[in-house]
Amino acid sequence: MIRFERRTHVPFSLRLAAPIAAVFVALAFAGILIAIAGAPVLEAYRRMLIGAFGSRLAITETLTRTAPLILTGLAAAVAFRARLWNIGAEGQFLVGALAAAALGSQHGLHLPPVLLIPALMLAGAVAGALLLLGPLALRLRFGVDEVVTTLLLNFVALLFVSMMIEGALKDPLAFGWPQSVPVVADAMLPKLVARSRLHIGLLVAIGLAVVIALVQARTVFGMESRAAGLNPAAARFAGVSLTCVLVKVACISGGLAGLAGAIEVLGVKAYVTTDLSPGFGYTGIVVAMLAALNPIGVVFAALFVATMFVGADSMSRALGVPSFIADVIVALSLLAMLVALSLANYRIRR
Amino acid sequence: MSAPPVLRLEGITKRFGALTANDDITLELRQGELLALLGENGAGKTTLMNILFGHYTADSGRVIAFGRELPPGKPRAAIEAGIGMVHQHFALAANLTVLENVIAGTRPLGALGLGSAAAREKLTALSAKFGLAVHPDARVGDLSVGERQRVEILKSLYRDAKVLILDEPTAVLTHQEAEQLYHTLRGMAEHGLSIIFISHKLHEVLAAADRVTVLRGGKVVAERRASETTKDELAELMVGRRVARPRRESQAPGAIALKAARVDVGTALKAIDFEVRAGETLGIIGVSGNGQHTLVRLVSGLERPSAGSLELYGAPAQRPTPRGFVAAGIGRIPEDRHADGAVGEMAVWENAVLERVREPRFSAAGLVRRAAGRAFAREVIERFDVRGGSEDSPIRLLSGGNMQKLILGRNLAESPRILIAAQPTRGLDEGAVAAVHGEILAARRAGTAVLLISEDLDEILALADRVQAIVKGRLSPPIPIEKADPRRLGLMMAGSWEDAA
Repeated sequence: MIRFERRTHVPFSLRLAAPIAAVFVALAFAGILIAIAGAPVLEAYRRMLIGAFGSRLAITETLTRTAPLILTGLAAAVAFRARLWNIGAEGQFLVGALAAAALGSQHGLHLPPVLLIPALMLAGAVAGALLLLGPLALRLRFGVDEVVTTLLLNFVALLFVSMMIEGALKDPLAFGWPQSVPVVADAMLPKLVARSRLHIGLLVAIGLAVVIALVQARTVFGMESRAAGLNPAAARFAGVSLTCVLVKVACISGGLAGLAGAIEVLGVKAYVTTDLSPGFGYTGIVVAMLAALNPIGVVFAALFVATMFVGADSMSRALGVPSFIADVIVALSLLAMLVALSLANYRIRR
Repeated sequence: MSAPPVLRLEGITKRFGALTANDDITLELRQGELLALLGENGAGKTTLMNILFGHYTADSGRVIAFGRELPPGKPRAAIEAGIGMVHQHFALAANLTVLENVIAGTRPLGALGLGSAAAREKLTALSAKFGLAVHPDARVGDLSVGERQRVEILKSLYRDAKVLILDEPTAVLTHQEAEQLYHTLRGMAEHGLSIIFISHKLHEVLAAADRVTVLRGGKVVAERRASETTKDELAELMVGRRVARPRRESQAPGAIALKAARVDVGTALKAIDFEVRAGETLGIIGVSGNGQHTLVRLVSGLERPSAGSLELYGAPAQRPTPRGFVAAGIGRIPEDRHADGAVGEMAVWENAVLERVREPRFSAAGLVRRAAGRAFAREVIERFDVRGGSEDSPIRLLSGGNMQKLILGRNLAESPRILIAAQPTRGLDEGAVAAVHGEILAARRAGTAVLLISEDLDEILALADRVQAIVKGRLSPPIPIEKADPRRLGLMMAGSWEDAA
């Protein structure tokens, strides 16, 4: 008889090995699908790597894709740690983008660039946070499940963006395309690498991951929010105000997702369209899970996911395998990661 | 003695990693016998019974039932051989009726209908024969804990069990229910059933069993006939050394520290009055579910009075919140250490400081002073003899007794002026009970006002100076402990305190 026994201590090496093993298992399974699609498997993966890292352009594109994923991944990780099930990062991303675009346009704020860029980032974060505080208030006051409310607000946010870019914020010079008035040149984020799309948003994202890791490990708020997430009853008994912790967590989580939207506008697109986000908010949940909710792990998980998406596009062009394979690989990694985490936390006995 | 053995365990050994849970255990059960398996938590009692029942496979040794060896690791074989097991945590479906629960799993998969007429007859006959009164059509969710246990026993009997194993059957029962249960078990043994029950309560073992087998550290250390041993001897065998529960010495109480005047909390507590003085222990006794939970929440700062007033040191409580109470010098031991007292996944030191983390010595400018927190935890571990982990291990690795010592320690290390102790020794073994009682008495000696909320009569009699009973959210007037005897307390707990006076 095989039984699972909980490990008393999970060594760091094992916690590190779990996601790596999960990724390889996912790639192995996806290889079967690639073979079915009629392409040589190893060649396909080689093309993917080249597509993601094979040239200066490829590398900067992959990293440009990584930046918003780090932020939405952190948004999910922070919330899930405190058992706030924020599935609404997609909507928070969109309202954050819209806020930055509206205030950054020629009709918006008029500030010198040193102040304008932080102000617009803050505006995006505030918009995202506000969108999450509504569902939190409903949960705290009436016990409404935030999984449902945050998820459904994503569609509300998308339709709201659509309404604004067809109406009040519509760019009259866009030949009728539904897109917002672009932000002024001063509002655009400085580039990290010349003649590429890579902007300093990546550094902001990595910096925030480190800050959040330190906050969780070293501060009173970090300790209290961990306690509130792991055992709410014991936290309350020890005098931790769950309401207070959850409001702060919601501000941080919604704020990070909103900031991701703002950075995508200010760093890459300059304007908002309804297809600004290829699912950055939802993918953030996967990133957070792959990282086992660890803020530093989120950076690497986001890089992995971005690699898969950027690489799959180029593999698809070269070998004709549908680029949806990236979605399959990411989804399989998530499943494999969940299994790997159980295996890391338990040992098998027979 | 002449009856043949119905069950024999031979040389059972079971290891979990480095831990030897059972070490060469040999045990016999005769027909019509009530055998108690006595031992502290972790002595290997439950492991042994799980091997007998086929949940675990022994590393070596044999189980022989009615002369035939049972194949290891097959619970179904154990059931077919006539062995029934009643676990500590019941395996009943709350939304089904008693009858449905009893016959579930006994019918072949393809059978049409449940054949309930015959089943009902058999169930009714069994419950009449053994005095296990419970209505076959009652929904299990509506039954009391004692009644559910009867359903579990009936389930085994329905499957024609001739040997019944009960794992800590009285852990969830009130005093009266426990006595009722042992009376029933005695009757079942007289009808020819053979019974093993696991316990760490000495007085139960002495009152109910024919024979007692004592386990310690995975080994059988002694076997005694219940009529030929004493509580003290069994305690010593079980713990491996002499344990005497510490005694209370009388002393003159000081000023009033904690006082409730006609306090209501919602509908859970009604016009309760009590006062506790420095250097005195007030015991609140009652059957579980009579408002103790709300009372603990009230005096822990989690609940505010909806009427009446709660006074600390002669003035109304200023900040009736958990942190406010901690700051006012109240030490709090929650009812359920796993649910309320500790965050299992967090380190011992984090659990030691969590309720005080905002005090300047444990944090500055929002940053936790980890060194100070660890030092505090080490001090508690050292002074209160917490074993099983360092300050950095997750607290879930500690045993119940050690976790309780840590919770007690994080409060007592601060020399609280008031100590709230709710069910402080529930589920602890004899050695840990003595340690916890010793610490509570030491705090009282040092002038702490102790409010002890307990369902355990012995505990109240050992620690309290005065006793009040809690019944349906009301408190009886206090009586001095000298006037309290089990009969009188029983009357008070039943709500008739005029008769008791």
